[in-house]
Amino acid sequence: MKFGVIVFPGSNCDHDMIYSLGEILRQEVVPLWHKEVDLKSCDIIALPGGFSYGDYLRSGSIARFSPIMDEVINFANKGGFVFGVCNGFQILCEAGLLPGALLHNVNQKFICKNQYIKPEHTDTAMSLLAKSDEPLKIPIAHGEGRYFATKEVLSEMITNGQIVWRYCDADGSLTEASNPNGSIMNIAGVCNKNKNVFGMMPHPERATDPELGNTDGKVILESIIKSFN
Amino acid sequence: MSEVTVTLETAKTLGLNEEEFELIQKYMGRIPNFTELSIYSVMWSEHASYKNSITWLKTLPREGGCLLTGAGDENAGLVDIGNNLACAFKIESHNHPCAVEPYQGAATGVGGINRDIFTMGARPIAQLNSLRFGDIKNPRTQWLLKGVVKGIGDYGNSFGVPVLGGEVFFDNSFTTNPLVNAMSVGIMEKGKMISAIAKGKGNPVYIVGSSTGKDGIHGATFASADITEDSADDIPSIQVGDPFQEKLLLEASLELMDTGAVVGMQDMGAAGIICSTSEMSEKGNSGMIIDLSKVPLRQQNMEAWEILLSESQERMLVVVEKGKEKIVEKVFDKWDLNCKQIGEVIDEDMLYFHYKGKLVAQVKASTLVLGGGAPVYEREYIAPQYFNEIKTVNPNDIEEPENLKDVADFIIQHPNIASKKWVYEQYDTMVRTNNITTNKPSDAGVINVKGTNTALAVTTDCNSRYVKANPEIGAMIAVAEAARNVACTGARPLAITNCLNFGSPYNPEAYWQFVMAIKGMGAACRKFDTPVTGGNVSFYNQTTINNITGPVFPTPTIGMLGIIEDKSLHTGLCFCKKGDLIFHIGKVRNDINSSEYLYSYHGIKNSPPPYFDLDEAYNLNNLLLQLSGANLIRSLHDVSDGGLYVTLVESAIPKNLGFDITTAAEVRKDVFLFGEAQNRVIASVSPDKEQDFIDMMIENDFPFSLLGHVTKGEIRIDDISFGFIRDIKEKYETALEKCLE
Repeated sequence: MKFGVIVFPGSNCDHDMIYSLGEILRQEVVPLWHKEVDLKSCDIIALPGGFSYGDYLRSGSIARFSPIMDEVINFANKGGFVFGVCNGFQILCEAGLLPGALLHNVNQKFICKNQYIKPEHTDTAMSLLAKSDEPLKIPIAHGEGRYFATKEVLSEMITNGQIVWRYCDADGSLTEASNPNGSIMNIAGVCNKNKNVFGMMPHPERATDPELGNTDGKVILESIIKSFN
Repeated sequence: MSEVTVTLETAKTLGLNEEEFELIQKYMGRIPNFTELSIYSVMWSEHASYKNSITWLKTLPREGGCLLTGAGDENAGLVDIGNNLACAFKIESHNHPCAVEPYQGAATGVGGINRDIFTMGARPIAQLNSLRFGDIKNPRTQWLLKGVVKGIGDYGNSFGVPVLGGEVFFDNSFTTNPLVNAMSVGIMEKGKMISAIAKGKGNPVYIVGSSTGKDGIHGATFASADITEDSADDIPSIQVGDPFQEKLLLEASLELMDTGAVVGMQDMGAAGIICSTSEMSEKGNSGMIIDLSKVPLRQQNMEAWEILLSESQERMLVVVEKGKEKIVEKVFDKWDLNCKQIGEVIDEDMLYFHYKGKLVAQVKASTLVLGGGAPVYEREYIAPQYFNEIKTVNPNDIEEPENLKDVADFIIQHPNIASKKWVYEQYDTMVRTNNITTNKPSDAGVINVKGTNTALAVTTDCNSRYVKANPEIGAMIAVAEAARNVACTGARPLAITNCLNFGSPYNPEAYWQFVMAIKGMGAACRKFDTPVTGGNVSFYNQTTINNITGPVFPTPTIGMLGIIEDKSLHTGLCFCKKGDLIFHIGKVRNDINSSEYLYSYHGIKNSPPPYFDLDEAYNLNNLLLQLSGANLIRSLHDVSDGGLYVTLVESAIPKNLGFDITTAAEVRKDVFLFGEAQNRVIASVSPDKEQDFIDMMIENDFPFSLLGHVTKGEIRIDDISFGFIRDIKEKYETALEKCLE
């Protein structure tokens, strides 16, 4: 199995994703430059965090037009596995591969901290190894992470089981206080209807290295690996 | 171009004095034209030339085994950290821009310091910010604070460097003139450093990065004048930051390093093109011919002097080995960056600037720069009146408050003491996945050096109030506290960078503060064997309160780098387990001088710095390293601002534990809890290591005492409950937010 990590010029979590997948989880991983048009026969495409093209406009709004994104969109439409973290999630929403949008945090500030999340469903490729009664501590770092979708879209997502991760407190309660950015329904991560495209604001790759004292993120990335085996 | 006739008056308008104007004419053998005069005015400004500080800076220890470059020789200091790696680090001020435009001022401060690091070929892996503001209740202070924090966050978060530490301090003396000091730390392969040098006749000179505009013209001169009510009129002197361009420059620079095609590179900060062309030339004993018509511009109708002096951000000057132009151009093309050849290196000590087919300026490179022809001054200094009037405060002359629990609540919610969570949660502290202190907080930021057994510890420290009270001792304390913070993580201090924020050098009392601080800093750095690798000097910091203008609290911020050779020995600051023993390392002293308690609670503004002894501080540091090296302690946390009570609370908060302690009989209870006598540390020790711990303390003959033990969540002092940690944590963590929102 081969991972490809898309590198936009303003990506800044590409190294972290490659380190986590390659050095910690011992997977084959290659960087894919945004100007390329070849996915190098990767099985899984990851869009990392960062500020793709500066994101002075809306986050991800320019990145979706980069040369490699056409390939990513084709790949996803053919059923290829794609996941985006943080800015990667924003880009996937902008590209129309995921429903909804990510708005400015409700407090209008960038927020970086450890945050608990828990799976809404444990039958998706990214939550296979998670347990609904065991919240995971995963770092967040974003200014535009407030998930929003219209009522209609949301109810369709619920019916299809597309809500994957929700913000909660250490005990797993879905409270308002444990919602860091004002996301609708405490949503932290979603997938598409076919369940081959995923996006989440929290950074699982930041919580995999035992030397940093938190490996909860492994549950998420290892779920992907397991779902392929 | 309409050339202005240059007279002494013109020179004075540009910030030069008569003596300097004469010196320029002597160097040139004629009257300079306006462009040339502008060149001298920025290059001889305080900011670029260090003319009023260099004499004293040279007295600091600037050599040591671990240094790979001399202080001030390159864009930043470079230290050997083993494993064939080197660490580049430096701190810089951006005070004056922040006073008038906090958001861009802070953003470009972060940009500038990171550019210093990656221009050398090192990738920035950590950022620290040392900030000083006026009274937090003042609406202007709130505007400044919010702008500065957002500026630092927006720039650094996008650029992708984690914030590992810093300070925020409030005092009226900073009301109109905040201090914004940014430090960056980077690592690189040893021996791969790109020098800031121009040499090799015929080698092409490139400008890369952003286009040049009219922003920041005379920024260096602006930074070298007093901040006044009219300073807002100087807003065009402020630069505008673009972190995306900076990110592209970073990646392109690091790729460039691997091509071997680069002779030298320097970032364009203060004084723009003229600064980098002259400094790089002087260093290589060469010169340059530059055609300013070739510089990519973002604005029409720019004059030659404007292009030369522009401080547009995210630009660098690169000298390329002749014949390797294509290699370099290809790298910048990949990153969609401007990369324009604007001239070439010559083997003559001259800079020739052409514009639109005309020679517009010709100056000797060496006459422009520090260490060359730039003037060097020795200024007068005299101890200020206030210093002679300061008297030690005898705690017994201060009435002891009846309810110490109220004092405790006051102290932990004071903006200088309370958690800075409101600030640091706006910074990305985890990008690059190397911050070990997220999940194991410690007295300094600790960075994992991936692929090695090593971790680095970084901290910024300075208690401006102590320095005001006694600049010599205060500066020593700043160095010693930085060293102690580093040692509390288990790291050995290696070297420092400094950011020297003072008032006007032409004010003998403010200059006295500078001189005395340098003396104290030098003594402490020699003791700890932590050479000064570089940094910057920011003079002219002053505040006007009730129509009285005076210097800000003198603030020589120390940025220290330390190394943990075996990262498994990294020590945190938090209590880990109920039942662990709590020890006080150091001597309990009857001292409340300059404490937050005395200053803010009792309102006594003038007292000497708290107790300090340099030899004792050094011995304590060695002891701390022995303790963590032998794995005898569970946590170490330095007793500093706010005193012992605050130290204990900070250790208890991360794991929601409490403590039960008994105060010492020899001093009053308030002195014990809130005094800030230096050279003290709180250790928690697991009961099975108690005997080994005591043995080591006795062997080292260092004073210590058992305070009590860690509890499940209640805080008890002499059998009186001070409340539960969850409530105290809530107060401590939300106090700043409550002031601001």
